[in-house]
Amino acid sequence: MKILVGVKRVIDFNVRVQVKSDGSGVVKDGVKMSMNPFDEIAVEEALRIKEAGNAEEVIVATIGPKACQEQLRTALAMGADRAIHVQTDEEVQPLTGARIFKALADKEQPKIILLGKQAIDDDNNQTAQMLGALSHWPQATFASEVKIEGETATVIREVDAGLETLSVDLPAVISVDLRLNEPRYVKLPDIMKAKRKPLETMSIEDLGVEHVAEVKVLKTVAPAKRQAGIKVDSVAELVTALKEKGLI
Amino acid sequence: MSKVLVIAEHDGTNLNGSTARAVSCASDLGLDAIDVVVLAADGSAVAEQAAKISGVTNVLLVQNPANENAVAAFLAPQIEALAADYSHVLAPSTTFGKDLMPRVAAHLGRPQISDIMRVESSHVFDRPVYAGNAIATVEAPEGLVIGTVRTASYKAAANEGSASVETRSVEVTLPTHTRFVELASGGGGDRPDLQAASKVVSGGRGVGSEENFKHIYSLADKLGAGVGASRAAVDAGFIPNDHQVGQTGKIIAPDLYMAFGISGAIQHLAGIKDAGTIVAINKDADAPIFEVADYGLVADLFEVIEELEKAL
Repeated sequence: MKILVGVKRVIDFNVRVQVKSDGSGVVKDGVKMSMNPFDEIAVEEALRIKEAGNAEEVIVATIGPKACQEQLRTALAMGADRAIHVQTDEEVQPLTGARIFKALADKEQPKIILLGKQAIDDDNNQTAQMLGALSHWPQATFASEVKIEGETATVIREVDAGLETLSVDLPAVISVDLRLNEPRYVKLPDIMKAKRKPLETMSIEDLGVEHVAEVKVLKTVAPAKRQAGIKVDSVAELVTALKEKGLI
Repeated sequence: MSKVLVIAEHDGTNLNGSTARAVSCASDLGLDAIDVVVLAADGSAVAEQAAKISGVTNVLLVQNPANENAVAAFLAPQIEALAADYSHVLAPSTTFGKDLMPRVAAHLGRPQISDIMRVESSHVFDRPVYAGNAIATVEAPEGLVIGTVRTASYKAAANEGSASVETRSVEVTLPTHTRFVELASGGGGDRPDLQAASKVVSGGRGVGSEENFKHIYSLADKLGAGVGASRAAVDAGFIPNDHQVGQTGKIIAPDLYMAFGISGAIQHLAGIKDAGTIVAINKDADAPIFEVADYGLVADLFEVIEELEKAL
């Protein structure tokens, strides 16, 4: 059984994002880039499923410019077996991304596709669900526990009301949430080893995926800032202030 | 005629408050009609509640035993069958809507606008990106718009409507590849729902333990408040996941938000920036939460809670 994992290169989660003054987007030059944290959890989960003897191969794939190969190498260093880079300099949105992953799935025939539940740049939270729809596969989103038993997966999902358990037939798409696992640290010898692992490059056209109408970003601005308030010196002062506002 | 269809979120008995917020967003579109669809196993009670939301024209009730629990793979094909009559299909951007709507959109070959926070025109919307550190104005392509509504950006529509309820049968073949097993509730008890509460008391890593969270619950009960938490507190096992507030948890907009022992990571602040008044109590005077707090108090949180309880 193969597992396909999607990873995305995003601005590192520790970076304070700056919006460009001309409204054209956010500053990316000279900013630290990393693997989307949710995707790192997806890679880790795939490796654990393989290590438990429930899969033979873990394939990681990304869509984006040349620099994304850095994140593929990180995933290979974590332990993935091989990587696919769908190279494009265009911004790829969830619907096209899902169509690309559908084409990769048709080619590779994985039994499980693991994706992060959302990318922390566009915060869309769409790709896994769209891929489930396009493949007519079951989806189990926001996973905090995944159990593979033969041809089914039992997934505990983090939902607003608590924890929901779904059982899905494989093949299935699973999107992962924060508490599924803690990704392993990559060791130096693994980084060296990862350099020799296979990394295949292809274009969107190679996969036969055609352009579809997508969402146009007209402008990007900084949000209205909350004004910093005041420091109070005592609980009594706080209570008076809140009472004045009719809040307590 | 342009009409918008809003997908009702409910638990089989009660309509979730996020639905009336999504209707508010739908009203801003200024279209000819707003319909709400209730997909349920036995949904007449929920449909009656939906009919009372001001601004709603029709409530469609689609009953099917498969709709007993909200499983996206079952609901999506039914919504797709209904979508042909509409120019817009919206759902709240809760875990319900987030799970469901992209599946609907992709089947219909449409992109989705996630987390709509403002309607500029029928196809142009504002939405937060980068954990709310930037706001993007986006334009959906011509034709059907599929979107989710950032509920914290909208007040719930009033409860003074009298829409008609119409039972609809939707003939679609549902997949057999997915089975609902169970829903384990996080155990908020009788406290107000975090996303609807007008007051929220929230705890972070500084609370220190699951045991210590009883002080947070106790203050919340005194105030009639919901209970929230930072990711750190949930990760540490102090409190169940459904209390998490932030970029990847719940986005809330209470009138009063009181943060105890929460440092204020940008991911957490993304979940509370629409709160009316933010109060922060933290031992660390440099905690970033103070940059957004209306009232900050540098102090031991347990002493403050004790004093607060006496003062209330």
